[in-house]
Amino acid sequence: MAEARSDGAGSIRPQPGPERLERTVDTPEGVALSMMLASRGDRAIAFLLDAVFMFLVLLALLVALLALASVPDTGDILVSFGLIAFFLLRNFYFIYFEIRRAGQTPGKRIVGIKVIDRKGGPLRADAVIARNLTREIEIFLPLTFLAGGGGLLDNDIARIAALVWVGIFALMPLFNRDNLRVGDMVGGTWVVATPKVMLLSDLTEAAATPAVEPARQFVAGQQLRPTEARTHTFTDAQLDIYGIYELQTLEDVLRRHDSEETRALVAEVAERIRTKIGWNGTVPESKARGFLQDFYQALRQRLETRMLFGERRERKRDEE
Amino acid sequence: MSEESAGIEAPASLRSTQFRREREDTWRELDGLLTRVEKKGIGALDPDELIRLPMLYRATVSSLSVARATSLDRNVLDYLENLARRGYFAVYAPRLRFRESIADFFVRAFPASVRVARWHVLLAALFMALGAATSWFAVAQDPELYYAFVPDGVAQDRSPASSTDSLRKVLYDEDVSAVSRLQLFASFLFTHNAQVGIFSFALSFAFGVPTFLLLFYNGTIIGAFGALYQSRDLGADFWGWVLPHGVTELGAIVLCGGAGLLIADSLLFPGNQGRLDRLARNGRVAGQIVLGAIAMLFLAALIEGFFRQLVHDMTIRYGLAVFTTMFWAAYFVFAGRAKGVGNG
Repeated sequence: MAEARSDGAGSIRPQPGPERLERTVDTPEGVALSMMLASRGDRAIAFLLDAVFMFLVLLALLVALLALASVPDTGDILVSFGLIAFFLLRNFYFIYFEIRRAGQTPGKRIVGIKVIDRKGGPLRADAVIARNLTREIEIFLPLTFLAGGGGLLDNDIARIAALVWVGIFALMPLFNRDNLRVGDMVGGTWVVATPKVMLLSDLTEAAATPAVEPARQFVAGQQLRPTEARTHTFTDAQLDIYGIYELQTLEDVLRRHDSEETRALVAEVAERIRTKIGWNGTVPESKARGFLQDFYQALRQRLETRMLFGERRERKRDEE
Repeated sequence: MSEESAGIEAPASLRSTQFRREREDTWRELDGLLTRVEKKGIGALDPDELIRLPMLYRATVSSLSVARATSLDRNVLDYLENLARRGYFAVYAPRLRFRESIADFFVRAFPASVRVARWHVLLAALFMALGAATSWFAVAQDPELYYAFVPDGVAQDRSPASSTDSLRKVLYDEDVSAVSRLQLFASFLFTHNAQVGIFSFALSFAFGVPTFLLLFYNGTIIGAFGALYQSRDLGADFWGWVLPHGVTELGAIVLCGGAGLLIADSLLFPGNQGRLDRLARNGRVAGQIVLGAIAMLFLAALIEGFFRQLVHDMTIRYGLAVFTTMFWAAYFVFAGRAKGVGNG
């Protein structure tokens, strides 16, 4: 069976990341939904973006304050205003956005990740508050140390100890499998990716359903052959050779964009299957796609019927 | 069986294909709604659509269950999984209007959280008192020990080396020259103290040890000051100077310490829940306590910055101190108690 596992044409899946990032969440409806955790890189980028935004706001504020400072006697008021604004921004930027925008700060939105409750319930305000107040030790404390130590660290040992201490908190996401920050642990949250998947035509459909928008039709730019003209049939014994994994790999192949390469692949796969199942007759290259489509339909029907009877064949038997 | 013929009729379509055909419109409708919600927020939907959304979501979830059991079209499975997930995010997104949640916070959630952590808060208060008592006795015996407890930055010319007159001057500073200076003071105090408060909460993650130390340390500073002023017979004046805002400020720091100890507790003694579960549950309570404490520190900074420099009459100062004590006591004991149900 072909090893080609391409991204089905048109389906925008998350990067084929390691399964270690996949998690399940039990929704209140009693269904388990699978989620992909956001990668550490994504989270770091989102944070940097947010930091940039905060910095820009602060800058704008500073400029405004300086402009106003030319008015006499307002100097101290402006400084105090600035201090308060910086404090509020630093601590409440994240809290505000994660509450108001369903767990997404602007940075997270750009990167395409989101904060959710780890248990599957709604994301609550107090969770958002808790997870963001711990940023003090994760970000600002290290920054303070790097910037000069606050006078407490006069000797090197203290400095190193402090660095290690702070490092552990700041780098906590590296030390656990769920990429949890200290804030995530305290708030009962984690951060997941939010990809989108498009619905493609069913491969066994005779013709594209009129309801589907043309833009969403990615079936290798080719017409599906109407079922009445199906010319290839298979015995049950032949269909019992392969399992679900092979079926879905075949689906991938059939959904590829049309190209020279694809046609060659299709022909190769058709030949391999033909040989494996011992199908009599030849499959010329022009009919390879049709052969695969018929085989796909038959195989899927067979496997789905068996599934309804509780028999789920995941992969082909190995003794061949 | 002939291999290549049109003789054997295949069924028109698979059951799973039919299933998809029947439900596809529902999915697409949900998809459309969700795309709009994701772009513009839940407000982008009109009331009819808002009612449709959870219905469509549940229909999709049920489609997903059925598809998992009966269909092998991976695209459909991926799509439904993804759609259900997006629907889940939209339906269960926090839907809080800021003003309401702020009112609810101060009237109910904050005092309730403090009550949940009352033993930890008491422990924190005890530790701070311990620190104060320690330094008080130490400095009363030997004024030079003052320097061991109070770093220069905090002392600011108030030390055993200062004259009694200069010490008194601090308590009754007549320099009202710049009203704006007060504001500066207040804001610096607010942000500085609030950071300390958040710190003791955040540091609690290290099993509470830093929190204990921080509480003790803050206590020693107060105690040292108290002893110093006492030795110059300015004791009553000193407390009249500190307490009006100090009750609120120290109260807030004790609350932060209590919040920190609550977290440390859940790390050390998870009981029969998982450590992370207990941590998450208590973490949220603790976070609310700290948030409320920050608000208290803001109040304290206002009192400190404005009231203290403007009002010098001892009776009024003590009056305010007593008032704030009673206010906070009543607030934390009585506010937000639901009728008959104890909730956090």
